[in-house]
Amino acid sequence: MSFEPRILGFLCNWCSYTGADLAGTARMKYPPNMRSIRVMCSGRVDPGFIFDAFRNGADGVLICGCHPGDCHYAEGNYKCARRIPLTKRLMKDLGIDPNRLRLEWVSASEGRRFQEVVTEFTEQLRQLGPLEMHDIKFDPSHPDPESLEGVEHA
Amino acid sequence: MSRKIQIKIDGKPVEVEEGSYLLAAIESLGIEIPAPCRYPFLPPRPVCKVCSVEVALKGTGPKIVESCSFECVEGMEVSTESEPAREARKKALRNMVARCAENDLLKDIAVQMDVASEIKFGKELCTCIYCKLCIRVCDELVGAGALSFKKGKVKEEEGESTPIVLDPEKCIMCGACAHVCPTDHLRLEEEHDRSMVHKDMELGPNSAISLSFRQAVPNVPRIHAEDCIHFKLGGCKVCSEVCPKDCIHYDEKDIIEEIEVGTIITATGFQDFDPTPMKQYGYGKLPNVISALEFEKMNNAASPTNGKIVMEDGTEPRSIAILHCIGSRDEHYHTYCSRVCCMYAAKFAHLVKEKTTAEVYQCYIDMRCFGKGYEEFYKRILDEGVNVIRGKAAEVIPARYGRNEEGKLLVCLEDTLIGKFREVPVDMVVLCTALESHDKASEFGRKLNISTGADGWFIEAHPKLGPVSTTTDGVFLAGVCQSPKDIPDTVAQSGAAAAQAMKLMNVGEVQMDGAYAEIHQEFCSGCKICNGLCPYNAITFEEDKKVSYVNPALCKACGTCVAACPSGAIEARHFTDDQIYAQIEGILS
Repeated sequence: MSFEPRILGFLCNWCSYTGADLAGTARMKYPPNMRSIRVMCSGRVDPGFIFDAFRNGADGVLICGCHPGDCHYAEGNYKCARRIPLTKRLMKDLGIDPNRLRLEWVSASEGRRFQEVVTEFTEQLRQLGPLEMHDIKFDPSHPDPESLEGVEHA
Repeated sequence: MSRKIQIKIDGKPVEVEEGSYLLAAIESLGIEIPAPCRYPFLPPRPVCKVCSVEVALKGTGPKIVESCSFECVEGMEVSTESEPAREARKKALRNMVARCAENDLLKDIAVQMDVASEIKFGKELCTCIYCKLCIRVCDELVGAGALSFKKGKVKEEEGESTPIVLDPEKCIMCGACAHVCPTDHLRLEEEHDRSMVHKDMELGPNSAISLSFRQAVPNVPRIHAEDCIHFKLGGCKVCSEVCPKDCIHYDEKDIIEEIEVGTIITATGFQDFDPTPMKQYGYGKLPNVISALEFEKMNNAASPTNGKIVMEDGTEPRSIAILHCIGSRDEHYHTYCSRVCCMYAAKFAHLVKEKTTAEVYQCYIDMRCFGKGYEEFYKRILDEGVNVIRGKAAEVIPARYGRNEEGKLLVCLEDTLIGKFREVPVDMVVLCTALESHDKASEFGRKLNISTGADGWFIEAHPKLGPVSTTTDGVFLAGVCQSPKDIPDTVAQSGAAAAQAMKLMNVGEVQMDGAYAEIHQEFCSGCKICNGLCPYNAITFEEDKKVSYVNPALCKACGTCVAACPSGAIEARHFTDDQIYAQIEGILS
């Protein structure tokens, strides 16, 4: 049996959750691997949620918000967009592939796009394989082994 | 008020205002005296002298005066038909006639004076009667000063045809000179022939003051400042002189008003799909291919054709094809059905049958007669002899020569009911164009914080449970801005939107959503990170306690501050950290 990734999705109430709803009412098919949590805004997504999801066995986390400029709360999605790169850096430090976290803009009318995003992300995670938490060896003295490459040790 | 005085005209006593012009008093008695050089909005200046009458003032003998500019004096006696007066008028007419070409105006005057056989027109080619009205209007009323008389003789042998000289630098193309010219010597020549009826319908008003359209509400004319002489040069003001109710104000400006409201109903409607890019139908290129809205305008009783269905050459068509789904149900343009076209196409067919003897062909994909009485109406037009062809028109081409369909249009389509390709020769083609969302709908939606769908229509809160409300509280949708719909549906939805809005207004206060952010002040470190994050300025810093505070009335519960709080002091009610962690755990277990 092939590996079926488990994806946790945080969908913003106004655009992406409605978009996902539209994909459903339009009977569009996408992999059942994603389970969604509705948040009022992508800006509500605390990086803590993302790490908690990985800790609880998620293989990937998908965050969907309104397109830039279309946020119901004016600029919540911008706040989210600034947090995600930082979170990805932290993931790298923790030894989690940053590709396991994805931020996408899906508007309320883009059921088709939602379908594509979920399908694509599921496929990508299938390639990456399961996230093995016990493989991750965290050494606080060497937070990012890659960044130290080529640096002369004193 | 000036004083009333008594005068006598042809023995009849008349009461007039002192200082008023004699010609007006004469005309008030129904006596017609020609005065070709008079224009009511310019002070009279006797040029032609055709209005001469004989006047006897107290203490003086009778004398000949120009009635157009002679001011009435107490006790004067006027004789319009005395021999000297008639002679003076004849002489003036002869003078005028002698130096201009034959024209209808002077001929009419000669007939009126009963001297038609006596007068002889000059050898000149131009019909200028040297009344100077054009020059005076341009100088005194318009203020452009673009016209003047040529110095010296008109050299006809050198091709000169007019004594009037126009300074093109000063001319503003208002047309006032042509308007006042009594003999039509001065004319505005159209560079292009605009005689075609269909093009005329799209032409704007040619007066600077007009109704925006004939059934406009409110039905009042508007001055188009860009065409108005007054706004160009400050003169004219003729419209305010003729307005009996003093309605015309020149100093009113466009103003932007800011109104504070509690609810908004969005009813921005649609725009008509432009079929020009669909080259296969030849709209804008082939004559007699018109859009549904143009056909509708033509059918209006107040249209330039007075509601008659005519082709561009003004004749009645003998066959009309009505093509459905132009731009709708079309993958290249709009995939949705515009919903109203089938029924208005049926109405068009009915109107054509009612007004003309033309054959009507309906070329449709599906007849969607969805409403009350609609199917019956469809049956009715079938009974009226309308031809319906199931098949979407592929193209419209001019008929080939050599067949007796010359000059007609061929509608090419596959008749899917008989499975054959057909070419239908018709005189006129009506394109039932799609309803389209406004170009600026999404821009406007952003202002109201409501979103548009893939087709550009505004998205309702819920397709079944909230069809008139939006994701923004207090903003409602009515009509086609939400999706294409016909008049009954629009009225119903508008009523619902109004009721929803009134429901809010009636209460007078807004019920708060239970979801908002709350700061547990005992955990707040006073770092102020959250203060700058809030898009609604709901978070304030309490200087005395050194903690932040969320105003629940302003908070919209987006949760951005909650996610950002480094102390975890902010709680998003109904979306608390604990709840979301529990969801994560539950979903992933």
